[in-house]
Formats: sequence, structure tokens, C-alpha cells
Amino acid sequence: MSRTLMKGNEALARAAIRGGCTHFFGYPITPQNEIPEYFARELPKAGGLFLQAESEIAAVNMLYGSAAAGAQAMTSSSSPGLALMQEGISMLAATEIPCVIVNVMRGGPGLGTIQPAQSDYFQMTRGGGNGDYRILSLAPATVQESAEMMEESFALAQKYRTPVFLVSDGLLGQMMEPVQFDRHTKKKRAGNKRWILTGHHHRRPPRTIKSLRLDPAKLESHNLELQDKYGRISRRETRFELYRMNDAELVFCAFGSTARIVKNSIDDLRQKGCRAGLIRPQTLWPFPVQPFKTLPESGKAVICVEMNCGQMVDDVRLAVEGRMPVHFYGRCGGVIPEPAELSEYALELLTGGAA
Amino acid sequence: MSVIFKKTTGLTEAATHYCPGCTHGIAHRLVGEALEELGLLGDTIGCASVGCSIFSYNYFNVDMIECSHGRAPAVATGIKRTVPDKTVFTYQGDGDLAAIGTAEIVHAAHRGENITVIFINNAIYGMTGGQMAPTTLPGQKATTAPAGRIAEFSGRPLKMSEMLAEVPGAAYVERVSLHHPKYIRKAKKAILKGFTCQLAKGGFAMVELLSTCPTGWGLDPVEAMEWLEANMIPYYPLGVLKTPEEV
Amino acid sequence: MQNERILCAGFGGQGVMSLGKLIACAAMLDGREVTWMPSYGPEMRGGTAYCSVVVADRPVGSPIVTTNATSLIVMNLPSLDRFEQSVVPGGLILLNRSLIDREVGREDVVVHALEATTMAAQCGDPRAANMIMLGAYMALRGTPRHRHVEEAFSLVFGSGSSTSFNLNRKALRCGFDSVSAEAVIRKAA
Repeated sequence: MSRTLMKGNEALARAAIRGGCTHFFGYPITPQNEIPEYFARELPKAGGLFLQAESEIAAVNMLYGSAAAGAQAMTSSSSPGLALMQEGISMLAATEIPCVIVNVMRGGPGLGTIQPAQSDYFQMTRGGGNGDYRILSLAPATVQESAEMMEESFALAQKYRTPVFLVSDGLLGQMMEPVQFDRHTKKKRAGNKRWILTGHHHRRPPRTIKSLRLDPAKLESHNLELQDKYGRISRRETRFELYRMNDAELVFCAFGSTARIVKNSIDDLRQKGCRAGLIRPQTLWPFPVQPFKTLPESGKAVICVEMNCGQMVDDVRLAVEGRMPVHFYGRCGGVIPEPAELSEYALELLTGGAA
Repeated sequence: MSVIFKKTTGLTEAATHYCPGCTHGIAHRLVGEALEELGLLGDTIGCASVGCSIFSYNYFNVDMIECSHGRAPAVATGIKRTVPDKTVFTYQGDGDLAAIGTAEIVHAAHRGENITVIFINNAIYGMTGGQMAPTTLPGQKATTAPAGRIAEFSGRPLKMSEMLAEVPGAAYVERVSLHHPKYIRKAKKAILKGFTCQLAKGGFAMVELLSTCPTGWGLDPVEAMEWLEANMIPYYPLGVLKTPEEV
Repeated sequence: MQNERILCAGFGGQGVMSLGKLIACAAMLDGREVTWMPSYGPEMRGGTAYCSVVVADRPVGSPIVTTNATSLIVMNLPSLDRFEQSVVPGGLILLNRSLIDREVGREDVVVHALEATTMAAQCGDPRAANMIMLGAYMALRGTPRHRHVEEAFSLVFGSGSSTSFNLNRKALRCGFDSVSAEAVIRKAA
């Protein structure tokens, strides 16, 4: 099939419909508006439903109701909107509702900016809602990968009965890149439907979807079941890409749009004789610890590059476990790092200039 | 021997946790009876909200979902838009519907969501221990209004039914009371109408039930019924605020 | 084929976004790797609008071209003021003389100026100035090719009226032909 030049946001929406999305609930916020606009145009044609909510809070609760009634439902938003959804996301995790939530990140804190950032790494990996829960967070770096991960996210949500985050950003959402939609069509998974609300038809006892468990023993056992599931997800779904890592002395770690910029810098550094490589987490949670446990012998230092003030670097340090120094280079507020400044920073570091 | 009364199959066998004299039990029974009489028990999905009635999912003999505080109308929207042939209702108190959930209830009405809202107004937060609600009457004592509600400081109580009746998308809005058998019979009719409105695809329907909270009010059950009649009804007049002609 | 980092800038409504999309789409149809990245936000509503296009043989890393542009296609004066220094030495600045009444200050870049708005008006609609610019760019750079651009028309604009297709093609040709063989040689040198 031929390649189509598409905006990341539109590719996400198209891929979601291909992945089986039937219901979309959302509230406008820049820079993700092409997603609800695409669904408003295209989802009814595919037999689905698009509904604009009065707030992100309402949207995530509509998502909850819709998925509880058996829909393959999703919402999308951007950073401040995700903050508003956190209560609902905690609820979705507690009640184990399969659904997909897209975050096209922008700079914060507060209203921040509408320009690209990765300052929601914490929000996407540490929750933000209350309680012990984890959300599988997929982090694409290209429009093609956005489409593939989006399409697959519904199957993952069903497989584990869990909400799934698709973590994009203003750069990845707004840029156009060629995308091919039939490259990675995965088998769709129906999932176990014995929990959804259908009405009991006088054939079974009434069914309840709930999170409140006032008996400590019951809530503890529910939590342990959830933790078991998170363990399964960690073991099976952790993903990462290695780029020019074999003989790397400088190991970059970056995700999403930053990773593509870092790749440019690595190519540049290699031309200058500096052996650089990249570990790119494709899942933010579960975080890929394994490649940091098997860093090449040639490795001298790790540089974590993010479009924020240092969030993923915490996970990198935990994964490196002190085996080598971990440095952080970040730009934030909507400023996008240039490959040249990364190369400069790396070279300075190697010659002992940078801290 | 003929049976002159039996418990509705709209409720489960579970004993409720509600306080003596609380009218939640009456409201539950009326909703259960209405769903049973309309033959809807097997095709209904209920939305329980945060407040004393959070546990209503243990009592209604229908599929139920627990909702975050105030969000039941949004959850109900998601359900109804996914399975429009099911009967969907929310059961919400005045803290849930009239305080934290005002946006969700107004916009569910605004969109004309074809759902039925059972709104329990007892002028206080019951579950958390008697704090002031948006519906607490001027002068009425609450744990967070120890000297009684001061209207100049906290505002005058919200009249949700009057407000929602003004929303173009609302089809049917009625306020009834549960303090006396005569009024309970009227309440039953209103609840039935709330569900038949949904069956006729009439749009948003809400029945406000003036209710008692003897524990929160610091009264015994009989005093509570009397207090409701003497104080709540004058401020919250009973009657139909909006009705579709065809229902 | 060399890699290109193109910055298209003008004010909202001049079609700089479409201009960039056409270059990216045509290059994609030619089998190249491409990205297109817009400026977005309040700027969309009237102020300076610009987009970055990268054309390469390998998957593109950074899609941002606000520095180290190999070509700047600039439609109005504020955009030239803002981006003149963004072009690499030896790069190309293609400017719309109709709306830019000053000379480019730099001497280390190739400058090509044309009365794009006036020429577009002569073709039938001053709004086709972006197509005049694209035509000139194609002549100066030798890429993208006409057939890829014409195929890109329908992909970028949708299947619009034949009137607008014909206008676009006419303006494209007019811009292309306006570039003398001499200019192409000068640029190559």
C-alpha cells in the first residue's frame, strides 16, 4: 500500500478506528484538536459515535460508562486536560476498564504553553490519580509508529483489561510524515466480555462495577490482584529500541520526539569520531530496565535527554544503578532541542567540560 | 389467602445500611417498583453516586456502576450512548448533584440525554456526617455551619429542579416529597413518569425527592418528617416544573 | 540527491503551509523521506505563519528547520526579518519581491527574488503567489518534479474544482518559467 502524508494527530485517529475504536468522548484543547475533529468527521461513517463533552472530567467519565457498557472507547487530550482526568483514570484502573487515552503533551506547569513538551512523563508513569495503579504507556517517535501503537492499543487494553496511554506531543501530533496503514495489522482481540454491563435479563445476578471496598482485607486483595496484572504487563509488554548501541561509549536515553532529534545528533557525533548510541523506551511504563543492565563495556556515561526539567532521568538512574554516571540534558517550555546543541553538550562532557 | 403486599423484585434481599428514619429506603423501593412494573429490571443499568447511596448497587436488582463524586450523569451518558436500548438511571444526592456535579448534570440535561435522574434532596451531606450542602436551608445547622447557614455568607440554597427546568434539553422535571404516604404515592407516579419519558425517548428526566436525614439533622424520624414539611416544602415547592406533552 | 531543509514563511492566508505540504508530498511521491512541521497556535490566526520541510534519503530526525535551513521561501517582509539568519551559508533565499522592499543583507547565500504576487494576479488570482514561488523553487533546485507536484495537488487540497487546479498549474508553470537558465547556472555555481 502506498504511503500517505499525514499529521500525527490524524494518523492516530485513523489508526484508532482501524484498531476497533467505536466511541470517542473528548473536549477541545490544543495541540490535539485534529484528533476529535477527525473522529467527528469519520467515526459516524464507521458506525461509531463521537460526542463532545463539557469538560475533560466529563469526557473521561463518559469513556468509563461507555467502555463499561462494552464499547471500545477512547478519549484524547493534552497535558492540563489529562490533569483534569486523573480522578477518572484512577477509577478506570481500579475497575479495570479497557480503554485508550491519548496525551498530546504540551509544556507546563499550569496552562504553560501549547508548544511541544514531554513534561508529563511523571503524569504518564506515576499516576496523578490516587492509589496504587499503573497504566501501560506507549510512546511512539514517528507518525508511522504513532499509527501502529494506536492501532494495537485497543488489543492491549482488552488483553489486560486496563486503560492504555498513548503518549504523543505537540511536535509528533502536528508534524506530517509518510505513514502506511497496512504495515502492521495485528489480530484483533475480542477480550472477555463477562464483566460488562448489559442488564441481567433475569438470567444472572445483577453485576456491579465498583472500586469502593471498605473492608481492608478485600481492598488489599484487590490491590494485590492489580499488582499481579501489572507484573504480567511488565514482563510481557516492555518495549525499547536500540540505535547504534553496539560499541557506544556515550549512551543517550530519550523517548518520543526527542529521540528522533537525538538520533540526528548521534549520527553527527559518530561522524566526529564519538561513538554514541541510543536506548529509546517505547513503553514509559513499564520502563525498559534491561538494556541499562547490559550496557556495552565501552560505555562511559549515560545522557538522558528530555523536553522537560528531568523526569525520566529518575527511572534511568534507577535502571543504571550507579554503574556509570547519568547526566541530564533538557529543554522545556516548548523549546525543542537542536541536534547540534546535543552534540556540543556530549562532546563537552567527554572532554570533561560539562558537569 | 390473597397477597395484598409483597416486596418488589426490583430490590435485592440485602438489608440496607441506611439510618432509621432515612427516606433512602422509600426512594429505593419506589424506583425498584417502577422498574419492576415497567418490566425493565433485566434491561436497566443504574449509576450509583458518592454519598450514602453509593451502596445502592447492593440493593437495586439491576446491573450497576459506581461513579466518582458528581460524575454519574457523564457516566450515564457514556452508557446510554453506547447501549441506547437499555434503561439508564442515576441515583444522586444533593451534595453529588447540586455541588460537585453541577457541570455534569447541567450538561446531561443540556444535551437532552435520554436518561432518568433520581435526585435525593435532604438538604445536607449525610455520608460525611452532616456538613452544609448547597441545598441546606438558611438558618439550618450543619457541622460546617454551626450557627446555621448564613445566606449572606454562603448563598441561598440552590433550587436544582427550577434551574434544570430552564435548560432547553430537559424534558421532564418534577419535585415530590417522601415525608408522608400521600406524597409517597405521588412520588411513585413521578418516578414512573421519569422512566416512561425515557422509554418514549423523551429526553432528560429528573425527579427530585425531598428526603429526610434524621441523623444529620439531629432529629428523630418523626420530627424529621415534620421538619421537612414545615421547612423544606415552603422553600422547595412541590410540583411539575417541566413536562413533555406526549408522556 | 541532496538533503533539503526548507523553511516556508509568510503571513496567514498566503498559503505557505500548503506550499510546504506540496513540496513534502511531492518528495514523498518521489520516494524520499520527508517531514512537514507547522508553526501552530495563535500565529495561525493572522500573524507570521511558517512551516519546516525536511527531505532526506534516510528517516528524518528533527523536523524543525528554524536554524540551518538550506532554503528559505519567504513571502513577506516580517518573515524575512525573522528568518534571514536561519539559512546556512550557501543556502537559497527565494523571496516575494512584491511584498519585500528591501535587499537581503547577507552575501553568503544565493538570493532569488520575483514579483510573485503580481505574477499570480496576472495568472488570474494573487492568492496563487505561493504556486509562483513553488514553481521558481522547482526550477532553481531541480526538484520536486512537475508530475509529482501535480499528483500532490489532489492529495494536499483534496479533489477541488478543475478551475483551481488549472490556476495552480498555470501559476506553477509561470513561476518555473520565470527563472532563467542563467539564474539556475548562477545558483549551481
